Amino acid sequence: MSLLAIKNLTVEYPSRKSTFTAVRDVTLSVERGEILGLVGESGAGKSTIGTAVMGLLDAPGRVAGGEILIDGQDARSIANLRGARVSMIFQDPLTSLNPLYTVAQQLTETIRTHRRMTRAEAHDEAVSLLDQVGIADAETRITQYPHQFSGGMRQRVVIALALCSQPDLIIADEPTTALDVSVQAQILDLIRDLAVSRGVGVILVTHDMGVIAQTADRVAVMYHGALVEEGKTAQIIHDPQHPYTQSLLAAVPRGERKLDRFPSLTYQPDGAPAPQEMTLTDDWLRSKGKDENQGTGPLVQVRGLGMRFLTRNAILPKNRSYIDAVKDLNFDINRGEVLGLVGESGSGKSTVARMIAGIHAPDTGSITFDGQDMAKIASSHERQALRRQIQMIFQDPYSSLNPRMRVRDIVAEPIHHNRLSETASETSRIVGDLLEVVGLGAAAGAKFPHEFSGGQRQRISIARALATRPRFLICDEPTSALDVSIQAQILNLLKDLRDALDLTILFISHDLPVVRQMCDRVAVMRNGQLCELAETEALFEAPRDPYTRELISLMPSL
Amino acid sequence: MNPERSPNLIMRLLDSDAGYKFRSSPVTVVAGLVFVLMIGAALLAPVIAPFDPFDKGSIDLMNSLLPPAWNSGGDPAFLLGTDNQGRDLFSTILYGTRTSVFVGAVSVSLAVVAGLFLGLLAGYFGGLVDAIIMRIVDIQMTFPAIMVALLIDGVTRSFLSRDQHDELAVFVIILAMALSIWPQVARTVRASAMVEKSREYVMAAQVIGRGPWLIMARHILPNVMGPVLVIATINLGVAILGEATLSFLGLGIPAGEPSLGTLIRIGNDFIFSGERWMLIYPGLTLALLVLSVNLLGDWLRDVLDPKSR
Amino acid sequence: MIRFLIERLFQAAVVLIVVALLAFVMFRFAGDPVAQMVSLDTTAEDRAALREAMGLNNSLPVQFGQFVLRAVQGDFGLSYQMGQPVATLLAERLPASIELSLVAFGIALIVGIPMGVYSGLYPESWLSRAFLILSLAGISLPTFFIGIMLILIFGVELNLFPTFGRGETVDLGWWTTGLLTGSGWHSIILPACTLGLFQMTFIMRLVRAEILDVMRTDYIKFARARGIAKGRINYGHALKNTLVPVLTIAGLQLGSIIAFGIVTESVFQWPGIGLLFIQAISTVDIPVMSTYLLLVALIFVSINLIVDLLYLLVDPRLRVRSR
Repeated sequence: MSLLAIKNLTVEYPSRKSTFTAVRDVTLSVERGEILGLVGESGAGKSTIGTAVMGLLDAPGRVAGGEILIDGQDARSIANLRGARVSMIFQDPLTSLNPLYTVAQQLTETIRTHRRMTRAEAHDEAVSLLDQVGIADAETRITQYPHQFSGGMRQRVVIALALCSQPDLIIADEPTTALDVSVQAQILDLIRDLAVSRGVGVILVTHDMGVIAQTADRVAVMYHGALVEEGKTAQIIHDPQHPYTQSLLAAVPRGERKLDRFPSLTYQPDGAPAPQEMTLTDDWLRSKGKDENQGTGPLVQVRGLGMRFLTRNAILPKNRSYIDAVKDLNFDINRGEVLGLVGESGSGKSTVARMIAGIHAPDTGSITFDGQDMAKIASSHERQALRRQIQMIFQDPYSSLNPRMRVRDIVAEPIHHNRLSETASETSRIVGDLLEVVGLGAAAGAKFPHEFSGGQRQRISIARALATRPRFLICDEPTSALDVSIQAQILNLLKDLRDALDLTILFISHDLPVVRQMCDRVAVMRNGQLCELAETEALFEAPRDPYTRELISLMPSL
Repeated sequence: MNPERSPNLIMRLLDSDAGYKFRSSPVTVVAGLVFVLMIGAALLAPVIAPFDPFDKGSIDLMNSLLPPAWNSGGDPAFLLGTDNQGRDLFSTILYGTRTSVFVGAVSVSLAVVAGLFLGLLAGYFGGLVDAIIMRIVDIQMTFPAIMVALLIDGVTRSFLSRDQHDELAVFVIILAMALSIWPQVARTVRASAMVEKSREYVMAAQVIGRGPWLIMARHILPNVMGPVLVIATINLGVAILGEATLSFLGLGIPAGEPSLGTLIRIGNDFIFSGERWMLIYPGLTLALLVLSVNLLGDWLRDVLDPKSR
Repeated sequence: MIRFLIERLFQAAVVLIVVALLAFVMFRFAGDPVAQMVSLDTTAEDRAALREAMGLNNSLPVQFGQFVLRAVQGDFGLSYQMGQPVATLLAERLPASIELSLVAFGIALIVGIPMGVYSGLYPESWLSRAFLILSLAGISLPTFFIGIMLILIFGVELNLFPTFGRGETVDLGWWTTGLLTGSGWHSIILPACTLGLFQMTFIMRLVRAEILDVMRTDYIKFARARGIAKGRINYGHALKNTLVPVLTIAGLQLGSIIAFGIVTESVFQWPGIGLLFIQAISTVDIPVMSTYLLLVALIFVSINLIVDLLYLLVDPRLRVRSR
């Protein structure tokens, strides 16, 4: 008998106008000691299955049909289901611990809820659990509050808490998504070990095929609430049967070799037209502004760049303390190349992007664009002429567009500001063309951003960036908030634009496989400093810096 | 634009989420109707009111202290009875509501303008500007609205003669209420502006090269108007209550001019002698007005506050 | 932590100085202080001598210094209206106001917090909805109107409670209390309910909103997923996290109790400092007004400091960071 058997589960969210079916007729099972990967893109219903098993569906969600059985028993009839039989690990370790209780209080409370133990016994058990999840010096650290732990350590505490009650099944909902790659690998190893050593069944909910390949025994693939394919991990990864799984895997960027383009195998179940490919109908985009200096040498030169943030303010300058977000950075970006900038969170890569884009002023050093030192341009007219040539695409498509403006006004704003068009009708023609170029169609201009999906919004963002006819584009994690299939489309669009418009691109990412596909050269940053800068292929095949080597070894692969 | 989906603006509004929340809560619908009715009656007071309480000629002391029309001894000409000076209570309530609504609306508008401006500055620029503005806000917020109003009234009284003060009373109250409300608006705006500023669309505008003033006006301002609307509505209630309280204490609108507070003050003098209509009807009017404003404020908060979604 | 304290103390000092300046300006420039103290037949020489004696001919900063110095020693001058030292007047009436405020605040907390917790934990129940509508009425009805209606119903119609004054008081030498006599308690009920009602609804709405917020957090969901008993989650995890903001705002509400205390005292003719202040405003009794101002500022500033300290005690994040 399976530890967990889900039969024909349907979960619905009724709303005023219609009923949204989040999970449709799903049948699944998990055995003891087995890790089942539940994979799918956003909105696939994978997390909903987890919460339905826990009986923690948010109102107004409800189980509309089917059964959830634990050891053959209906989950809803098990009195101490939560904790004792099934436990859960949430995505964000920063918010899943109560900030006002010490780790010891939270652990012993949970232990004593489920097991008959004295306070002292529970405390000893708690210390040993912390030790098992790999927290050094557990005896001392247990007395601390959650905010005194780092993100990865907190996730270990969360796992210890999930283990307190000795559950048979753990549902891990995107347990590593909020963590850096190096920490991610450790947490996944921990989960793997626990499943084997304790014989616990695990449902690993994730959007990341790499995580699945590394950790799961079996995989269930979900699409729009339905289960499309299920099988052994190796079989799913190497020999997917269902067209959706095939398109999903094709879209995952490979770390081990460079491709020219991402295969555009877009899965459209109901015969809807595939997203348009780029069409450059107009040569406005290709025409140059008259103020552009066609010099030689690198387009961007960064010399001795530094920026520090105040971490502790004080009246006396000597008592203030700072942290160097970026320190003594030197590199060039050649004309027409895509330079990758790679690093973990806190490495300072976004700060560099913002300094080059002119959002932050550097504390030290200089940035030279096309032979001109950006800080030394006196006239605001000239500065604007220079800044026009540098545009940026942002990470979060849900926050990078002003929700109160129509798309046409968003795209027209840079045109107005730089007076690139003479008349209103010319502006609207250009805006229409730009929206065509990014594959949305001119009609999209009349709508507001919230009417678009994440990928479409990112296309609007790109149209806005192109509206000044820039030569240099900064892409700050442009696809990290997107699903893989959408990511592939956006990356292809960027590649096409670069070829068609002769763009120079600074491509910032934490995702090494994406960087390998996109970039000509790669710079690796750590703690505000440059570790290594090399040709992409050389860097991936023979990294010189130990940190680069570590990053590449941790790169998830299928 | 799309004729199938949107027959007309009103239908579309009613069909939106806000409209649905409005329709599906009978309490809110009633509050909305009461509010519109009262504001309408207040604005149209000179047209609707059977008597003009400012017209000394129409007042006859012989008619003083008449009970409401349906009571024995009531005069059908005076629907809600008369006060101690022989003024028609219904008319004075209409004019009183007019004063209260005027004071409330003007003081809240002033507070919103000041609060928006300073809150945007503090939220957008941060640093020293923020520190100074927010310290002032902090300090002023520890003093409740009524207290600030009382103090301003006290201070102006000590510098002006009684006649001067009576003449300026309305402006003093408006100033006092606006001064006590702006910090709340500023605080709300600052908090929202800081959230909006950290969003990438503001950064995108910076990359385009837009200056801070344009970014504030075109990008941040429209996005903070939701919470401002909520706080303004709630404070409309506070300002109306504040005016009434000051007038009731004899420190606001001079006794000769009708405001709901002064009417209740007069009514309070007759509490032991039985002429209670002079107290009850102005009091109920005030309570109903503020209650409807607060109910509408709650609905707005429900609709506009992203947290409750 | 030290830094935080110093910052707060500095802020408190700034507030006090600003208020003192305001009080001084009122005292010095609103009307002529000498004219208020002399009779019509005082000669010009005597007036000049009085001016000199009062230090009114010194430079303004010096006068301000003297004003502050006298204030620190408890000398606020004589009331224009009553001719007694302002300090004595205030000291006589302070106990009445403090007792009223504390009883009202007590009622507000004891009733408001449970109502808020209940309606936050069970937002869909009909009782919570009833609480919510009731609370809306509570913040929509002006304090003075509530007071008048209570007088009308319980005082005049039912004749259950006295409608004005404090009842019998007991003089403890340094404090006159009404809380030791039956008639004192009898008298305090209506005004305390009047004053407490608004605070109660306010606290209830605040607690409700905070609980609703906390219940949506991941750590509460995680606690539920671990099978922690519902009671523990509701009254341990949720309530403790609600406490921090509630404490702060409830503390600050004490300030609004003082403000609405003025209104309540005026309605019930309660012989406290609020009533004194109202009388002082209408008779333009400037020494009383300016002293009241100073006193209230001092009370507000002290409350804020205490709230800040409590805040440090409750939230470990602040405690550790500031160490």
